[in-house]
Amino acid sequence: MKLRNIRQRSLNLDLYNFIIKRLTVLATLLLLVSCATEETQSVATFTELVMQDEFDSDGAPNSAIWDYEIGNGDNGWGNNELQYYTDRTENVSVQNGVLLITAKEESFEGSSYTSTRLLTKGLFEQKYGRFEARIRLPYGQGIWPAFWLLGANGEVWPQRGEIDIMEYRGQEPTKVLGTVHGPGYSAGEAITKSYTLLNDRFDTGFHIFGIEWTPEYINFYVDDVLYNQITPADVTGEWVFDHPFYIIMNVAVGGSFVGSPNNETTFPQTMLVDYVRVYKNNALN
Amino acid sequence: MKNVKFIYLKITLLLGCVFIVTSSCEREISDDVEFVTAPKNAEIFIDGFSGGLDYFPFAGSKLNAFSVDAEVKYKGEASMRLDVPNFGDPEGAYAGAIFPDAGGRDLTDYDALTFWAMASQAATINEIGFGNDFGENKYLVSKQNMRISTYWTKYIIPIPDPDKLKLEKGLFWYAEGPENGDGYSFWIDDLKFEKLGTIAQPQPAIANGLDLVQQSFIGTTILLDGLTQTFNLSTGINETVIAAPSYFKFSSSDVDVVRISELGIISPVGIGSAKITASLGGVKAKGSLMLEVVGNFDFAPIPTRDPSDVISIFSDAYTNVPVDFYNGFWEPFQTTQSADFVIKGDNILNYTNFNFVGNQFSNPTVDATATPNFHVDIFIPGAIDPGVNLLITLKDFGDDAADGGGDDEIQQIFFVSSDFVGDAWNSFDIPITLANKDRIGQIIYENINFSPLSNFYLDNVYFYKE
Repeated sequence: MKLRNIRQRSLNLDLYNFIIKRLTVLATLLLLVSCATEETQSVATFTELVMQDEFDSDGAPNSAIWDYEIGNGDNGWGNNELQYYTDRTENVSVQNGVLLITAKEESFEGSSYTSTRLLTKGLFEQKYGRFEARIRLPYGQGIWPAFWLLGANGEVWPQRGEIDIMEYRGQEPTKVLGTVHGPGYSAGEAITKSYTLLNDRFDTGFHIFGIEWTPEYINFYVDDVLYNQITPADVTGEWVFDHPFYIIMNVAVGGSFVGSPNNETTFPQTMLVDYVRVYKNNALN
Repeated sequence: MKNVKFIYLKITLLLGCVFIVTSSCEREISDDVEFVTAPKNAEIFIDGFSGGLDYFPFAGSKLNAFSVDAEVKYKGEASMRLDVPNFGDPEGAYAGAIFPDAGGRDLTDYDALTFWAMASQAATINEIGFGNDFGENKYLVSKQNMRISTYWTKYIIPIPDPDKLKLEKGLFWYAEGPENGDGYSFWIDDLKFEKLGTIAQPQPAIANGLDLVQQSFIGTTILLDGLTQTFNLSTGINETVIAAPSYFKFSSSDVDVVRISELGIISPVGIGSAKITASLGGVKAKGSLMLEVVGNFDFAPIPTRDPSDVISIFSDAYTNVPVDFYNGFWEPFQTTQSADFVIKGDNILNYTNFNFVGNQFSNPTVDATATPNFHVDIFIPGAIDPGVNLLITLKDFGDDAADGGGDDEIQQIFFVSSDFVGDAWNSFDIPITLANKDRIGQIIYENINFSPLSNFYLDNVYFYKE
């Protein structure tokens, strides 16, 4: 039952998006699920767009939505990462309808690499809803791009909660991971699942990475595919996903999750973001 | 296994005839024409040969190295078994063959040759790939030094540019010699072309990705080498294959100075500098070759001694004795590279990035008792640095006729900068003072006393009597 309901929800969203090329698929799904919804259920819908950045204006990212974290963080942002984050045009810019976050190999402020980490902290924060971005990823050993959420409730990590909508190791160009971190299930013990493309890779074309988030679950999507659902029963500790979160997009270099770049890693490496869109959970927001 | 000679010359001749016939009339193609396309059959060997497939071993290889094995297989009913002979096996020195389809196939839909393989022992296969058809080998691809283990592993050999393979005859080929003298067997199964969709991020290269600068002369012919294509695989590994020149599009920055053919053959035609660059499938290749063409080549003086008075190591004026190598690449300290060239039929040895290098002729060694003089012509391009100190050593291998063994004897000949004139041939005639000169096996050239000599040409290296 659950899975059918999930299909129903994603279907509504897709209809909203008017993605014509999927209409045939949708029609088929519609037939399959049309008799399945029970009237007693409260069906979450994610149809109302509340934040979107289509990256249509060349130049710096829209400062009404995006802020920066500059520097090399504490102990490489807690992960022994090697890059120094800047807000320079070389590392971040909007061009031709796409946001570019570029990791470069260069000596800068004592680091060997530079890149950018954008965040919506204090600018856009939301509890529940659908968060999605259409991204073409970079590649190569030691490249670590991510599209993720951090809890904005003033708690320390991991009590504040972290939802990694998409994390990826440049040396595994066909695989992404969706993860939640909270108290008792953080870092190496985080609740995670990977999704692997068959006969395709994440660095050769755009893919949509999204979550649909309600009090009962967080669903993880790549394109139209729901590949994981995490519920309060799945986490091995307190469920800390009932407060607003903000968005982070970054390309890290090196660190414990990916290991360092090697002599085959080519630089610069750029993550291209076509859009970021957030919908509210109609039943709750 | 680099010098593979082909048998079945008949095939080449036949193909040659076909090409002549088909290319003899050039007319406009009507818009209504529908090209006949070759079959897109991707399979080479699954449980047996695919239709149209042939097996032609290389000359000198163990002709029966290939068999179909129903016992050892990755899956299905049978695999290809390839038996590499021991060193000295009278049946052949190595295993090697091509597996062509004479009708040709359209492989443009695929991005890689894939197969499963295992071996009776861990080994390194010298060369394996496709595009070898005993014809032009126009789209030859070779993966060199492929490691193979004792368990089944899937291998992926990317196609440098599938658009080129509209009619490919050479579906698979390999060449492998003994491992440390020992033969062994390896098996290949599920051999086919595939569209993996995960072959990405092409990084083509020429000149091994280096930006080389080289002096050259009008009338020379130079083959551009170090042509490779690299793709990132789904495993994150960068896989590099050697790609034939025809996969590339070459260009010269000044065609009045240097031209390059689609086969990668470079011809300097005028004085000046020109840079050769390339692309593959629309991607700019890493590396370049800058040629500084200084004019017509100044040939070394043509030797006039009677051939019966000469034992020649390297000369176009005489018949050379068997030579093991002109550059042995003695690891790990040697930096010297070879950039040998031919001008109007005259072969010239060219040593670049020089520190030391040796010519060896040990099978057999040379008995110079009756020809007790040494001749060499040396050309150093550019002005002579005052720090040049060149040492030439003649080495007699002694009673064991082998390098080392405690019985070797050497003669050292020292040259300083004033012995040379720059940009000209310098001829030297030196009496051999070795007590025994009946088993000479090496001539070694080396920089000493921090000599900065990095580039020179050699010609007419021989022993003679007055």
